[in-house]
Amino acid sequence: MRNSSILILFIGLTLISCFDPSKPNFQYFPDMYESLAYETYAESDGFSNGIEAQVPVEGTIPRGWEPYDYPDSNEGYEMAKSNLLSPLDISDNNLSQGKELYEIYCSVCHGDKGDGMGILAQREKFLGIPAYIDREITPGSIYHVLMYGINAMGSHAGQVNEEERWQIAQYVMKLREESKK
Amino acid sequence: MLHLKRILLVTLLLPSFGFSQEEDVQAGKALFNANCAACHQLNRKAVGPALKGVTEKYDREWLYKWIKNGTQMIKDGDPQAVAIWEEYNRAVMTNYPQFSNEQIDNILAYTNYTPPAPAAAVATSAETVSQGSDISVNIILAVTIVIFTILIVMLFLVQRTLIKIANASGVKIEPEPRRNIKPLWKAVVENQFIMFVLVIGFLLSSAYFTYGYLMQIGIDQGYAPIQPIHYSHKIHAGANQIECKYCHSSARVSKHSGIPSLNVCMNCHEYIGEYNGEEDLENGYTKDFYTNEIKKLYSAVGWDEENQVYTGNTQPVKWIRIHNLPDFVYFNHAQHAQVAKIECQTCHGPVEEMEILYQYSPLTMGWCIDCHRESNVDKDNEYYQKVHEELSKKYGVEKLTVAQLGGIECAKCHY
Ligand code: HEC
Ligand code: HEC
Ligand code: HEC
Ligand code: HEC
Ligand code: HEC
Ligand code: HEC
Ligand code: HEC
Repeated sequence: MRNSSILILFIGLTLISCFDPSKPNFQYFPDMYESLAYETYAESDGFSNGIEAQVPVEGTIPRGWEPYDYPDSNEGYEMAKSNLLSPLDISDNNLSQGKELYEIYCSVCHGDKGDGMGILAQREKFLGIPAYIDREITPGSIYHVLMYGINAMGSHAGQVNEEERWQIAQYVMKLREESKK
Repeated sequence: MLHLKRILLVTLLLPSFGFSQEEDVQAGKALFNANCAACHQLNRKAVGPALKGVTEKYDREWLYKWIKNGTQMIKDGDPQAVAIWEEYNRAVMTNYPQFSNEQIDNILAYTNYTPPAPAAAVATSAETVSQGSDISVNIILAVTIVIFTILIVMLFLVQRTLIKIANASGVKIEPEPRRNIKPLWKAVVENQFIMFVLVIGFLLSSAYFTYGYLMQIGIDQGYAPIQPIHYSHKIHAGANQIECKYCHSSARVSKHSGIPSLNVCMNCHEYIGEYNGEEDLENGYTKDFYTNEIKKLYSAVGWDEENQVYTGNTQPVKWIRIHNLPDFVYFNHAQHAQVAKIECQTCHGPVEEMEILYQYSPLTMGWCIDCHRESNVDKDNEYYQKVHEELSKKYGVEKLTVAQLGGIECAKCHY
């Protein structure tokens, strides 16, 4: 009687101590748990580089995507600055969308007001971020900078799509106007 | 503790400032951080060259001219200017015509400045502080131990004197006679009622634990695998307040939140090459440890820090997936994070405090359904307006829950 209860206690303890947070738990008949189809970003031997997520074939264009003709160079930047115009009208909806996106993607560095004092600048992790007011910028140049990045600022084209880039550009111009006052 | 350290650091550093030369350096540092630091580092190449020792490379007048209007110098064909311009792939440096020669002197003074090495002093003082706190704990322990031993000794002494007094006054203290009693366990085993209750209790409790154990099979709450790069949400989303969606940007628009591709990391880490934030010494997370993790990121994206170029030599980072619903369930992030405007933390817990990310919620069907029964739908959403109106009328309620919208129908999640 006594021995068996010690035994059970022992088994219980080993079962509990089996739980190691760096390993997934046991599964019971996981027949339909694990996908036969490839899971997002998973490894796969279907492709030569062993990754499921593939870059689109060169030259393919997603539906609704428009090519961007200005090259990633100083000349391209100047051209975009003077020639490229926003297809969006200035509207409250665009501005509020732009604000929301700006606060996700730009505020960390440029600050909510566009004064170059985002949290990373305040904490001196990332220095030399300009205030918008100090730069001659147009919606076209902002769009260009979002596409390709400029000097220490990287490209944000992967995070926001075309329409969203224009909405952000609109909002940045508004911030710049406001900080003039 | 950390606070103390910082105060110490400040007090240690303070005396060294105050000389006029130091003031120039301070002013220069401020100007440098505000204007030049985006492209220049002191000791390593960034967008532009490292600036330490640049005063020896060129004469002052040239530097004044270059910083005020370098573009003009390149146009005029100044050989030194053109040479460095070509070397940096014709990158354009901003012109600073607004600077006075003095301001430029200050900046240059900063570039030549080597701070006195306070590191050793700070380290020792920090150590004494930490020992200090250890010592005080130890002292308290020792004192309590001494007090307790004294108390015990005193008790014995008191007992002895009491016995002596009793003997002296003629009172006889007889030791109690030992009766022949059964051991306790035997008594229990022979008592049928107690045995019955014990057995029932034992069966019930083991059933309870077995059930509990079986029910958590397949649930990965608390799962925290060791990732190939020690990426800390506490440092990024907590201390530096980076928005979740900066990295998990597809949560806005798609089923998946996604793990950011490495070019997103490099938006910041082309610049941030080493870690200078807070350390967590208890777990062995020192600055060197963190910096080393950033280097792992560099070798995965193929970033050559020395020359500030991509080598094209990349390897995928094999992040281990934590949250994973079975294949037969459909869950959509955009529906929850964007449409219903639920905070990420509601489901994923205090991510901004997690040094190592773990699964916070059980992700069971009951968990989904409970929330769908309780949550109200955001009725301002124009896209669903008609549906919302009709359903409100049908149920005769002001606020619709997700369940009333159909959020507990099997086919919404299983198809
Ligand atoms: C990681 C920090 C960082 C983030 C995030 C960031 N920027 Fe920048 N940005 C910079 C830095 C640094 C510069 C200065 C580059 C230079 O020296 O020309 C800059 C410059 C700019 C400029 C001026 C470029 C010019 O034409 O002179 C604009 C406009 C701009 N950023 C817009 C944005 C917008 C919009 C976003 C959000 C989508 C954003 N930035 C996000 C760091 C950042
Ligand atoms: C937009 C990025 C950028 C900013 C901001 C910037 N520089 Fe530069 N700097 C460069 C680049 C790029 C070069 C290399 C020459 C070229 O390509 O024009 C350079 C070269 C130099 C040189 C010559 C260094 C050498 O070793 O030959 C000096 C000196 C210099 N910069 C000083 C400054 C100072 C001082 C500031 C701040 C007031 C500053 N720079 C701000 C990009 C920048
Ligand atoms: C700087 C980029 C970055 C930011 C900001 C960020 N994350 Fe992450 N997140 C990552 C990376 C990289 C991983 C994969 C490594 C890991 O699991 O630790 C990840 C993993 C996760 C996972 C686990 C994914 C899985 O495998 O199941 C969750 C959940 C998550 N993040 C939520 C959040 C939340 C919530 C926030 C905002 C508080 C946030 N993240 C902010 C980069 C980021
Ligand atoms: C918005 C800017 C930003 C982005 C994007 C970013 N980081 Fe960081 N990262 C930082 C800052 C700021 C620090 C802290 C530096 C310091 O305190 O000195 C840091 C520190 C680190 C560290 C050392 C501390 C730790 O967490 O272990 C690693 C490793 C790291 N980042 C990896 C990544 C990876 C991988 C990604 C992409 C998923 C990424 N970072 C994206 C800003 C960023
Ligand atoms: C309603 C609860 C809920 C909310 C709100 C939520 N998540 Fe999730 N998250 C989940 C579930 C459930 C999974 C597992 C999905 C799967 O396996 O298909 C998951 C998975 C993830 C993953 C792993 C990769 C993937 O996309 O499948 C990441 C990263 C993530 N969430 C980040 C976030 C971020 C960032 C936010 C805030 C914008 C967020 N989550 C909001 C429930 C939620
Ligand atoms: C924190 C609360 C919460 C949790 C947890 C949660 N949901 Fe939801 N879910 C909601 C809300 C709120 C909506 C309504 C969004 C809207 O306005 O359409 C919703 C909507 C849905 C819908 C669409 C319903 C419809 O009628 O269109 C599906 C499918 C869904 N959730 C699946 C899941 C699954 C699967 C899980 C568990 C892995 C889960 N949810 C966990 C709050 C939650
Ligand atoms: C809100 C989304 C949601 C709805 C609605 C829902 N389920 Fe589920 N169901 C889940 C999730 C999530 C799991 C996975 C739980 C797990 O992995 O532990 C699950 C698991 C199951 C399982 C267990 C499969 C296994 O092998 O463990 C069954 C059976 C099931 N659901 C049946 C149903 C039926 C029948 C209905 C309709 C009455 C229903 N579900 C409605 C989300 C949902």
